Amino acid sequence: MMAVIKSIEELEKIREQARELINLRKDNENKTRIVVGMGTCGISAGAREVLTAILDEIKKRNLTNVIVTETGCIGMCRFEPLVDVIKPDQPKVTYVNVDPEKARQIVAKHVVNNQVIDEWVIPNI
Amino acid sequence: MKELSLHVLDIVENSLRAGATEVEIKIVEDSEEDLLSIEVKDNGSGMDEETVKKVIDPFFTTRTERKVGLGIPLLSQAAKAAGGGLTIESIPGHGTTVRAWFQKSHIDLQPLGDMAKTMSALVALHPEVDFVYTHVKDDREFSLNTKDMKARLQEIPVNHPLVIDWISKFIKENLDNLNGGAE
Repeated sequence: MMAVIKSIEELEKIREQARELINLRKDNENKTRIVVGMGTCGISAGAREVLTAILDEIKKRNLTNVIVTETGCIGMCRFEPLVDVIKPDQPKVTYVNVDPEKARQIVAKHVVNNQVIDEWVIPNI
Repeated sequence: MKELSLHVLDIVENSLRAGATEVEIKIVEDSEEDLLSIEVKDNGSGMDEETVKKVIDPFFTTRTERKVGLGIPLLSQAAKAAGGGLTIESIPGHGTTVRAWFQKSHIDLQPLGDMAKTMSALVALHPEVDFVYTHVKDDREFSLNTKDMKARLQEIPVNHPLVIDWISKFIKENLDNLNGGAE
């Protein structure tokens, strides 16, 4: 039996769902930014799986005040994957050697509950 | 890099850093010719001949004022190890096409890996860019075109978490279908 393959028409349904959840506030200044290092070094160290975990956590928790962006190689390749969390009006916090499980906890503890996970942080960069 | 889909992510990131607004990714698997090919075509800033040479061989020069990445050499090496090769065609001001090919049955061919993750990562990080991903396997093919998606989604951004989740499932299902599934 031929399975029904997903088609682009489904996006109409997604659009309806998304409209209910969307945060209409456009002011990015009040949003938390998560920055993942996506240079060659980051990607080969596992940045894609880290990013996937972060996106999944954002979806599961319906977080609408978070923006995920990327940066290239910043010369700290041996600490990759690197993840920055920048909360509004707070200094940037950089997590090093992140894996998907750590990434999920960073979202839960730091992004949602405002608790920096000190042991995974590199200070002053 | 452990899988080809990570190379694809890395090569497309190059395109985006070169200011591309449209990126076409085409993967072709041809069983009869025993060939797997990956093409990334962008409309970014392009490179002159000299730069292309340096990108392929990062140790071609001892010049240090500009950093040359390792992404292309890694893909080139993966291609050569699997009986294939890599070419770059680039026109300054117009864009770049990177083509890598592999012997499909070669024992050292890296697995294709998770293209669903690669594409959803790209769209999540670069919603403003138009991506077309086409995957051909013998007589079957499918494609994902974010321009078409945006037209349907209207005011909903293409990097909305629900849309990113949909992209991942869409690619997974369609690849499963290409790789057997229903006749």
